[in-house]
Amino acid sequence: MKLPVKVTINGQSYSHEVEPRLLLVHYIREVVGLTGTHVGCDTSQCGACVIIMNGMAVKSCTLFAVQADGATITTIEGLAKNGDLHPIQQGFWEKHGLQCGFCTPGMIMTAYQMLERYPNPSEEQIRHQLEGNLCRCTGYHNIVKAIQWAAEHMPARK
Amino acid sequence: MAPATAERLFGKSIKRREDPRFITGRGSYVDDLKIPGMTYAAFVRSPHAHARIRRIDTAAAKAHPGVVAVFTGSDMKGVNSLPCGWDLRKAKNVPGVVQDLAIVPHMPLTSDVARHVGDPVAVVIADSQEAATDAAEKVRVDWEPLPSVTATEKASASGAATIHADAPGNVAFKWALGDAAATDAAFKNADVTVKKRIVNQRLVANAMEPRACVARFDPATGELTLWVTSQNPHVHRLLMCAFVLGIPEHKVRVIAPDVGGGFGSKIFLYNEEVVCSWASRQLQRPIRWTASRREAYQTDAHGRDHVTEGELALSRDGKILGLRVKTVANLGAYLSTFAPAVPTFLYGTLLNGVYTIGAIHVEVTGVFTNTTAVDAYRGAGRPEACYVVERMVDAGARALNMDVADLRRKNFIPKFAGAFQTLVAVTYDSGNYAAALDKLLQIFDYKKFRTEQAEARKQGKLLGVGFSTYIEACSIAPSKVVGALGAGAGLYESGKVRVHPTGMVTVYTGSHSHGQGHETTFAQLVADDLGIPMEQIEIVHGDTGAIPFGMGTYGSRSASVGGTAIQMSLDKIKEKGKRIAAHLLEASPKDMEYANGQFQVKGVPSKAVPFGAVALTAYIPHNYPEGLEPGLEETSFYDPSNFCFPFGAHACVVEVDADTGKVKLLRYVAVDDVGNVINPMIVDGMVHGGIAQGVGQALWEGAVYDGESGQLMTGSMMDYAMPKADMLPNYETDRTVTPTPVNPLGVKGAGETGTIAATPAVVNAVVDALAPFGVDHIETMPLTAERVWKTIQAAKARR
Repeated sequence: MKLPVKVTINGQSYSHEVEPRLLLVHYIREVVGLTGTHVGCDTSQCGACVIIMNGMAVKSCTLFAVQADGATITTIEGLAKNGDLHPIQQGFWEKHGLQCGFCTPGMIMTAYQMLERYPNPSEEQIRHQLEGNLCRCTGYHNIVKAIQWAAEHMPARK
Repeated sequence: MAPATAERLFGKSIKRREDPRFITGRGSYVDDLKIPGMTYAAFVRSPHAHARIRRIDTAAAKAHPGVVAVFTGSDMKGVNSLPCGWDLRKAKNVPGVVQDLAIVPHMPLTSDVARHVGDPVAVVIADSQEAATDAAEKVRVDWEPLPSVTATEKASASGAATIHADAPGNVAFKWALGDAAATDAAFKNADVTVKKRIVNQRLVANAMEPRACVARFDPATGELTLWVTSQNPHVHRLLMCAFVLGIPEHKVRVIAPDVGGGFGSKIFLYNEEVVCSWASRQLQRPIRWTASRREAYQTDAHGRDHVTEGELALSRDGKILGLRVKTVANLGAYLSTFAPAVPTFLYGTLLNGVYTIGAIHVEVTGVFTNTTAVDAYRGAGRPEACYVVERMVDAGARALNMDVADLRRKNFIPKFAGAFQTLVAVTYDSGNYAAALDKLLQIFDYKKFRTEQAEARKQGKLLGVGFSTYIEACSIAPSKVVGALGAGAGLYESGKVRVHPTGMVTVYTGSHSHGQGHETTFAQLVADDLGIPMEQIEIVHGDTGAIPFGMGTYGSRSASVGGTAIQMSLDKIKEKGKRIAAHLLEASPKDMEYANGQFQVKGVPSKAVPFGAVALTAYIPHNYPEGLEPGLEETSFYDPSNFCFPFGAHACVVEVDADTGKVKLLRYVAVDDVGNVINPMIVDGMVHGGIAQGVGQALWEGAVYDGESGQLMTGSMMDYAMPKADMLPNYETDRTVTPTPVNPLGVKGAGETGTIAATPAVVNAVVDALAPFGVDHIETMPLTAERVWKTIQAAKARR
């Protein structure tokens, strides 16, 4: 049995028939072909698969693709606009917030929602908000610095 | 031609050139790869710790829609055991060494007995991952469960299950190093001796990217391409071709593209990549396999797992007279690629620490158990050694009622440059251990802390400080030396520099970056040396089709061994360039020098030929020196003359909650000496990550097997405690710089220092915090709240 799914990812519409058991992350990676969203675990711990769906940072390994029917999604590939890096991306580059790069897309997407909720987060808030994202390379030190850098460089919000 | 850069790049925190692709989601990891005609593999694994295979029925799986093939071990005719690359029996002429090792078979798909949970017995290959996974559940294995043993100390107990017929008592090897008689004498003459049982628990590397491979056999050319999550693609190719599959090495290309962390676990040749490579040749179709995290926990080589009895002999005035160490090392069910080296020559040889010790003797017994194979994990042997030494030194200080920093200083090997012969075979390259500790104490303000601690204790607060003055051996390794110790490989590195006609430069390194930042660091090195902008330089790694040869990245060897190989090729390029430029200037090559991106007559910058012009001339050799080959490309292999020995001093402050036993890390200060530093930002980053892993071992991490069933209880990220952002503080890092005389760059290695140093620093701090209860040791890590609470209760009960 296959079910229809229609989503908008990074401003582009996609429409497919998929197995109901297909996870959203596998839909994004294998069907749509956007491989920046990663899979690092099978128990919803690591956060390498975090995307923005309808304005919320979600773990795309913990949703079925069919549950995303009608959703508007931003993945790591859709964050830079017209070749300009998003301040969070820039922050990770400036502050050496990544080493192997595998957790990075999820970290950045989590930080995206974090900075919407807390435009000027304290270090404690950042560390707490990263609870659902694992990194094995950086010891988190420079990820915290990267998000602080991004907070300082985000365009003023209303 | 771009203008010359005068600014020195060696030593600058240049932003990483690899980052733009990673932060935009355009990295290229193995699991991202899609090839037309791709098939997908799913492995059938043992659910038992130890079980005989009576029969495997694959009929239902084969009939499943979309299934292309199902293979078991009996189908893989002519395929050999995965090799063990380190044979201790070859260790010759090392004083005190016992030569012994049981080499046991490790088949890619086991067909007689499964020896640990996760041991693969069959593979299903299908048109989709879903079909492969579904069909794998239809493979019926008739198991005869056998008694199992997983605990290190129980492996050789009477009545323990026998795992390999060739290893009676499950003993893989017995090994010893040092002077037993002198050590006995030291203990006889000691004023004070301390004896501690030290458990260095089993860990899982947990690189964020699970292992994966894509194998594609091309029937048209007879070539096999294997994309694999490898830290050393040439090693993978060599082991697979020469030992396991017996296929021609020149017809196999191994590519390790972007690799999401390794920490040792991606050094080794694993069952799955061998099976996929073999099956791709059988089926003539590409095959992809990616480990689930559950499979990663069950099959990625684990780390550490030592049970040690340490004894320290001291004089009343605090001189270390002797160290005696007896260790049982758990190797798991099979010998992984470099497993025998880790608890022996990467462990025993570091027990001298940074101290002048009267005598040392170490004995290690390696044992088989029904657990995942154990091999190198970040630090590999050296963290185990450092943990024993630093824990024993603290215990010694407590026994003598001496300050832990004072006892360390009293016993430091004095500053030296060139050579210090240890009592455990290795010769240190350069060291100034007191300087690192002095700097640490200054940053840390140690005296002030002790005052605060005393005040806090009066109020019932449990504050503790822990030190670790560590040393490690990296820049692995001199081939002759490791060959004499049993290595089946040389441990040199290659570096090829290709100057293109336009003056652009491509550098091919045999080392591999899976987070280390080679594309930046090596470009800095080359840009600096040639005086050309980094934009003109490309660094290529991870492809046996492009790179002459390589031993890969582990043991903190990339900059020191790989970087030096590149430097040697740069020197050759400049020598040849001088001849070309001299010809163009009608000067003698002897009178030429290279400066600021041009070949010039010594001291006369106006009489010069720019780098680009020399490059163009080399490829359009119309006006050219007689007898000189055209082209500008050089390859070098560098084999280091010695290891390098980074060192440093770390300290941390913890607070223990007396009611719950919970440990909070309040402060962490690290002073490391890794020799010269090419990119401080990158080195700091590696120190941070290393500290996090070391702290993780001390406080939270641990792979746990159920003693009865042999099941891996920590088989997912829900159960294995990975350090998270809110569990760790910011780290304060600083450095002293003692260049190594071993290589021309003066670099030692920075990838493992943090992990080696942090574990004892944290445990020492917790023990210090519990001193008011009379606690002077905690046997087993991790120091979870439960374990610390129990330690406090037991101490209270003793009083």
